[in-house]
This record gives sequence, structure tokens and C-alpha cells, in this order.
Amino acid sequence: MNYFLNLVIGGLTRGSIYALLALGYTMVYGIIELINFAHGEIYMIGAFTALIVALALSFLGLDGISILVIASLIAMVYSAAYGFTMEKIAYKPVRNSLRLSALISAIGMSLFLQNYVRLAQTSNFVPFPTLIPEMQFLQTLPVRINSAQVVILTTTAIVMVALTFLIKFTRIGKSMRAASQDKTMAMLLGVNVNRVISVTFVIGSATAALGGVLISSFTGQINFYIGFMAGIKAFVAAVLGGIGSIPGAVLGSFVLGLTESLGAGYISSDYEDVFAFAILIIILILKPSGLLGRPENKKV
Amino acid sequence: MLELKDVNTFYGSIQALKSVSMSVQKGEIITLIGANGAGKSTTLMTISGIVRPASGVVAFEGQDLGALEPDQIVATGICQVPEGRRIFPYLTVQENLDLGAYLRRDNAEIHKDLDYVFTLFPILSQRRHQAGGTLSGGEQQMLAISRALMARPRLLLLDEPSLGLAPLIVQQIFEILTQINRENGTTIFLVEQNAYMALRIAHRGYVMENGVIVLADAASALLENDEVKSAYLGV
Ligand SMILES: Nc1ncnc2c1ncn2[C@@H]1O[C@H](COP(=O)(O)OP(=O)(O)OP(=O)(O)O)[C@@H](O)[C@H]1O
Ligand SMILES: [Mg+2]
Repeated sequence: MNYFLNLVIGGLTRGSIYALLALGYTMVYGIIELINFAHGEIYMIGAFTALIVALALSFLGLDGISILVIASLIAMVYSAAYGFTMEKIAYKPVRNSLRLSALISAIGMSLFLQNYVRLAQTSNFVPFPTLIPEMQFLQTLPVRINSAQVVILTTTAIVMVALTFLIKFTRIGKSMRAASQDKTMAMLLGVNVNRVISVTFVIGSATAALGGVLISSFTGQINFYIGFMAGIKAFVAAVLGGIGSIPGAVLGSFVLGLTESLGAGYISSDYEDVFAFAILIIILILKPSGLLGRPENKKV
Repeated sequence: MLELKDVNTFYGSIQALKSVSMSVQKGEIITLIGANGAGKSTTLMTISGIVRPASGVVAFEGQDLGALEPDQIVATGICQVPEGRRIFPYLTVQENLDLGAYLRRDNAEIHKDLDYVFTLFPILSQRRHQAGGTLSGGEQQMLAISRALMARPRLLLLDEPSLGLAPLIVQQIFEILTQINRENGTTIFLVEQNAYMALRIAHRGYVMENGVIVLADAASALLENDEVKSAYLGV
């Protein structure tokens, strides 16, 4: 039983990180029907930014949690700026061309950012400081959960609630939903769709960066390539949940995280990635539009 | 109030509007009638800035709309109810109406307008929390008009509001359009294929064929015009 619970906690932790990343895929897809292949790179850039900020701040003698908070915020702002710029230079110019052009542009952006970080930083793994202090009381719990996992789970929960509120109740949230359903109609009511798209990239990039920072302080090392596999997994999670659907992306992420964790724990950890793609295939056979996705033809 | 001068609009190499000139006076209901593919929707989309004319001028209250983005055009006081209604299917009726008031900040007045559209179309207030996509065709048309009214436009553009609706509903909607025009002084630019109904409520009318304005006259005169009668009124 305890073993099972530990695997569940591990799965939820993974799922949280996937969710922070998958949100960006699904929101961008919902609005411009583009798979932003460079999204994983935004997550990686977030982690590197936080690393640099954290190293600088540690010279000032701040404590771990303050460093983590400041480094995360700076990483989010910096990555959001990357996401914003990326949309303007790589996607907006090809928005009305073939979808393939945008896809190629996205892949190009991904390769460019990876290699840019590789050259600007290093191609080796670099250690990422453990910024989250141990919390003593966790050791008295019957299940094994460490402080980093607690921070990841609670942060993700807060982000999800805040984002749900934003999308459901605010003016910008309503305009995002409207633009994802019918851009021309949204324009005819006075919505500045270009701005809505920019805001979508900014939010998606900021949450991805947060995911990058949190997971790095959990795993303790990063390199220029971490965004690639995480990006693919989060993309799988978004498709699994129904691409374009925000609750779907979150659900898909947790399904994926739990599948991987339980599969690795009970069957074999060598096949972790196989479980991820197996669950994707199974769900897409049973429900082609994903768990919470809308049928294709409903899109107007 | 609205002035189109020598407007030419293209889709690739197809010329949809050929040297179109029209004018709309404040407080009028004008109608633009024409067969399928005549260029009626293109005219409205050109006014709204969704498609850009290759040449010519669209001016609203003396302001050239050519340099404005679609959202800025809405801000000048023009709102369009497009062909096919284009209700946001996954937003509730209330949220659809909220988007109509997207550019407004005067909350108290927005509330008044909400009450007003609910008195015009009481059914919408019952459907308030239902997804827009689940409404019937007639209800969707009522919602589309109400959503545009929530912008409190000074010029309301409507593209074939009668499309696909039962005669009784069409009757009701046209009565409400005259009511809106009378009560609020909202200027109305009505595009229709249902020429008879449109000419009955309009003050003036334009007839378009293949992107060209071929007739312009008082609505009552057009109703008596032999060409119009044979081509659009089926008599
Ligand atoms: N997006 C487009 N791309 C290419 N051609 C178009 C496009 N939209 C309209 N057209 C063409 O422009 C011409 C005018 O079309 P428009 O939709 O303005 O006609 P309409 O008078 O509104 O017709 P209907 O009564 O059928 O709605 C038509 O020949 C049409 O095929
Ligand atoms: Mg039309």
C-alpha cells in the first residue's frame, strides 16, 4: 500500500510538471491551431534563467526559498518575453499561410533555441542548486514525500486555480475563449485578436518556465536538451486530454504522470516512455478527440 | 454618416466589389439587396475592416476607416451581425452578450442594455446560462442581434438576418429592427435576399449585381420598380 502511495505521489509530481507545460500547448493550439514545437525550449530557457539568477542571488546570501521565488519570477518574465517575441517573429508572419509553414517555423525555432543555449551556455549537464529546504515534519508522515514534491504539487494547484479563474471570469479570459471559437467574430465585437494571441503565448510561456524551474530544483541538473523530452511528454498529455481543452491538458497530464509512475514501479522502469505512448494510443483509439476534447467538426 | 466611395475589393484575382459608392444617413434604415454572390457580405466585411479594399474610401462620420483595425472600427460605433449569426457555441448566452459589450466600461449602462435586450427577446433571459450552440436558429439570430446591441452601436450592420428562419420569426425580428431604429435612433444597414421584407422596413435601398450597384432609390420606389419586381420580388 505504501509503495503504491509513493508511486502515486511520484506520478502526481510528474503530472504537475507536464500540466504546467501542457497548458501552453493546448492554449496556443486552441487559439491558432499551431503545435508550438518550441514550447519545450521555453521551459528549458526558464530553467537556465533561474539557474543564473539563483547563482547570482546565492552570493548575496539569501535563503533557498527566497532565491527560488525570485528566480522563478524572473525566469517566468524572461521566458514570457521569449514566448511573446517568438510568436511575433516566427508565427505571426506565417499565420495566414499553409499550416505546414507554421509547423516548420516552430521546429526551426525549437532547434534554434536549443543550439543558442548550447553555444551560449554549455552542452554538458550543469548542477542546479537545491533551493527547497527539507521540511522536517514530512519525515513523520507514513508516505515518502519530499519538500520539493510538496512545493511542486501546491504551486501547480495554485496556478491551475488562478488560470481557471482567469479563463472563466475575466475579460481577457472571455476574449481568449471567443477568439479560439471564432476569430473573425471576436474581431467584429472589438477584440484585438493579435493581443489575445500574444497574451496566450505569454501565459503559456510563464507557466512552462515555472515548470522548468520547479523540476530542475527537484532533479538537480539541467542541460540545453531537457525541453525536448519534457516537451514531447507534455504534448502527449495535451493530446491525451483533448488538444485545445485546458481541463483536458491537466487531466491528461495527471493520467500520463500516473501511468508512467505506476508502470515503472510495477512493471519495469526501462519502459517508462513506452507506457506514455501506449496510453496515448489506447485513449486515442477509444476517444479520438482525447479525454475532454471536442469533436473536430464542431469547430466553427 | 457612412460613406463608401469608389470601393474596389478583391479576393485574389476575383473582383468582388466594383467601384461601389453608397451613403447612409444618420437615423435611416437602408437595405442592400442582391442575388447570391453579388458582393453584399463583402461590402459589410469591407466596412468592418475584415477585408481591405484595393482602392476607394470607407468613411464613418468623416473618419477614414482604411487605417483602422477591425477592433478600432468597432470602437468608432459600428457593429456587425454577420451572415450565419456566428454565435460562440461554447460560450453561454450571457457570455456571448458580455462579449458584445467588450469595449465598454460603463457597467451601469451595460446593465441597462442587458435589461433592454431581454425585454426585446425575453426568451434569451430564460436561456441565459445555456451554451450558445444549443439555441435554435431563431434564438441564435436573436442572440446575435442582442450581442451587437450590447456594443451600443450607432451604426448596426446586419447580414441576412432572415436566413433560414420561419416567416413568423422573420416578421418578429424585422419588427424589432424597426423598433430599435425608432427607439434608439440606431442607424441600420440591412443586407437581405428577402427583398420584400427588407424594402418594407427600409427608408432607402440599393440593389447590387456582380459587385456593382445597379439601382439606388427610396425603398417604396424600389418596391414598385419593374426590374426589382421581376428579379427580386418574384412578381
Ligand atoms: N473568402 C473568399 N475568397 C474568395 N472569394 C470569395 C470569398 N468570399 C467571397 N468570395 C466571392 O466574392 C463574391 C461575392 O461574395 P459575397 O459573399 O460578398 O456575396 P453575397 O452577396 O454576400 O452572397 P450571398 O447572398 O450568397 O451571401 C462571390 O463571387 C464569392 O464567390
Ligand atoms: Mg452574403
